Amino acid sequence: MPENRKSVEETHSSTRGVMSLSESRRRVEASLGRRNRQEQRFRLYGIGAVILGISFLGFLLITIVGNGYSAFWQTYIQLEITFDESVIDPDGSRDPQILSSANYGRLIRDALLETFPEASGRRERRALKAIVSTGAVYELRDLVMAEPKLVGSTRALWLLADDEVDMLIKGQVDRTVEQGLRRLKDNQITWVSQLQASGHIKKRFNTGFFTSGDSREPELAGIWGATKGSFFMLFVTLLLSFPLGVAAAVYLEEFAPRNRWIDIIEVNINNLAAVPSIIFGLLGLAFFINFVGLPRSAPLVGGLVLTLMTLPVIIIASRAAIKSVPPSIREAALGVGASQVQVVIHHVLPLAMPGMLTGAIIGMARALGESAPLLMIGMVAFIVEVPGTPVDPSTALPIQVYLWADSPERAFVERTSAAIMVLLLFLLMMNVTAVWLRNKFERRW
Amino acid sequence: MLTMGISEQQPDLQTAQSTPEASRPKTAKRKSIDLQEQADLGGQTIGDITAVDPVMSVRNCNVFYGDNHALQDVSLEIGRSEVVALIGPSGCGKSTFLRCLNRMNDTVESARVTGEFSLYGEDIYAKNSDVVLLRARVGMVFQKPNPFPKSIYENVAYGPRIHGLAASRAEMDDIVYGSLERAGLLEEVKDRLDDRGTSLSGGQQQRLCIARTIAVNPEVILMDEPCSALDPIATAKIEDLIDELSQNYAIVIVTHSMHQAARVSKRTAYFHLGRVLEVDATDKIFTNPSHRLTEDYVTGRFG
Repeated sequence: MPENRKSVEETHSSTRGVMSLSESRRRVEASLGRRNRQEQRFRLYGIGAVILGISFLGFLLITIVGNGYSAFWQTYIQLEITFDESVIDPDGSRDPQILSSANYGRLIRDALLETFPEASGRRERRALKAIVSTGAVYELRDLVMAEPKLVGSTRALWLLADDEVDMLIKGQVDRTVEQGLRRLKDNQITWVSQLQASGHIKKRFNTGFFTSGDSREPELAGIWGATKGSFFMLFVTLLLSFPLGVAAAVYLEEFAPRNRWIDIIEVNINNLAAVPSIIFGLLGLAFFINFVGLPRSAPLVGGLVLTLMTLPVIIIASRAAIKSVPPSIREAALGVGASQVQVVIHHVLPLAMPGMLTGAIIGMARALGESAPLLMIGMVAFIVEVPGTPVDPSTALPIQVYLWADSPERAFVERTSAAIMVLLLFLLMMNVTAVWLRNKFERRW
Repeated sequence: MLTMGISEQQPDLQTAQSTPEASRPKTAKRKSIDLQEQADLGGQTIGDITAVDPVMSVRNCNVFYGDNHALQDVSLEIGRSEVVALIGPSGCGKSTFLRCLNRMNDTVESARVTGEFSLYGEDIYAKNSDVVLLRARVGMVFQKPNPFPKSIYENVAYGPRIHGLAASRAEMDDIVYGSLERAGLLEEVKDRLDDRGTSLSGGQQQRLCIARTIAVNPEVILMDEPCSALDPIATAKIEDLIDELSQNYAIVIVTHSMHQAARVSKRTAYFHLGRVLEVDATDKIFTNPSHRLTEDYVTGRFG
């Protein structure tokens, strides 16, 4: 017989705190009004925060896109170019060396003078020549090199206009400013207006922006060099940081003993994720470039520095993914006689992989947008050639944005915004991939 | 030491459980020992801890979780082809003892296990003994069915694959199909062996886990409350299965249900607060328990 329990009457005898049903109901109803108002207010705060965030984002995007979209169109001038044999190849030998070093600028100048014969004097002629881009001579040269039988013929060609003319056509030049304070002089403006009136000016899609490297001339400048440099860097970073990060996380979670040393390591890893990135740049400069002797400005060094930066992020994300694998799966695997390594490789890693991949992609997205550590290792130099291998000097997309933002030419303003748009597009694609991966694997078990 | 003949008859459960007062033998004749007397006896277990043909033997097992002395001086033997049930109130150490038998407590950081454990005479806690091999010989079925998130075929094939039991795909097929058949699951899943293991019902998942365990050809099967998460029909199926399996394997089953212990097991050990109070033939434990606490437990007075 259980002697130590109260009898039923004893437990129910107290009437303390008991009120009638109608009274308690009245009190609850009275408080409802206040509680509903609180709830409404709280909801409004939430909505307000979201709207504020979205409007900042919207403002940012509208500004950038508004500034940058015009960079995707480039002004071209149509001229009748006579491929005068006496200028290009007087001997008629069609020797490639002679063809490549011919004075194509002369052909352009002659074509312009034909259109505007009133230009007289050195200064005026120089101003006339300046409305066509300096890169147009290379266009002509490439045409002749590809098709030597062009020599002697006359063609109507669309040549790249100078960046100032481009700005004029896009309406960016303020004509009311005094002539001495502008780059584009009155006579140049007159000529361009005449060309425009006669239909010799056209805007085409700016494919050069995506295929050429950096340049002092805005109309010739492109992001391909920076993009390739960024890709090389990301490739090196992914190759190094993902295996190292996953291996470190697996060791710390599965095999490491729980003692003070491991705790210290954990704390340090968590702190490294928050260290300012420029410090990694200093470390890269001191160790990789000065001590090891790797080439400066190379995406390889950039990749190594970014590896150091991304490693803590990947380790933390991987550890969280490994921790989320239910212990019942581990026990089941141990129960059939799997060794600890087999449990990790056959069961834990496949189940944790989605979380690890998401962490890796987020880490990569962060690395793509980093510029401070790369400044330290020299990727801020002006490099024209598109890098062929990860050890060629190059720059990166965020750095390219910084360099162009620093340039005085008006045309670089729109190109800076266009480069930012391309960078944001890459980041968006990477983050969307991460979210898609996470959603796809979330329903697995 | 009392010598016992192992009774082949199942105890008459109806009278034992439904009318405890009537079935309890007269107080005067029964030798009822209570806790104080047990302490005077030196904490010795009542009944015979030995088995007729021992497969596993445990002497003086003590388990500490940090400072918590979870198991105190537990000794027990598991015989070939017999089912031993471990019963007792929650937290008395049954699962801890079970996990000692295949060294699953190694995975718990704070656990410290002392005592002599032997499987066919070999010390399983020896420094150079392979825990992986041990777990292939002593399999475990867990409380909540935990099939791998792989196909049904892969679930059963995983163990044999890592131990290298099959030389070819045909042999692996034999092992998988045979295990599923002996687990009573083949009929239900033979058309969908590529479906995920987790797409089965609870009872089927548990039978899959049993198939997975017997696929590596163990000698002992440990079951930690295998039916506690299942409905009565699935439970009945698994109990029938345990009966069949006991012809080939030694089985140790932890259960909260006295009915289950009475139905499936030959011997029963009653655990209380980390000690084994009484070990005996199942029908004796349930109809004529010697210890007062055992009697209180099996008649449902507490626990």
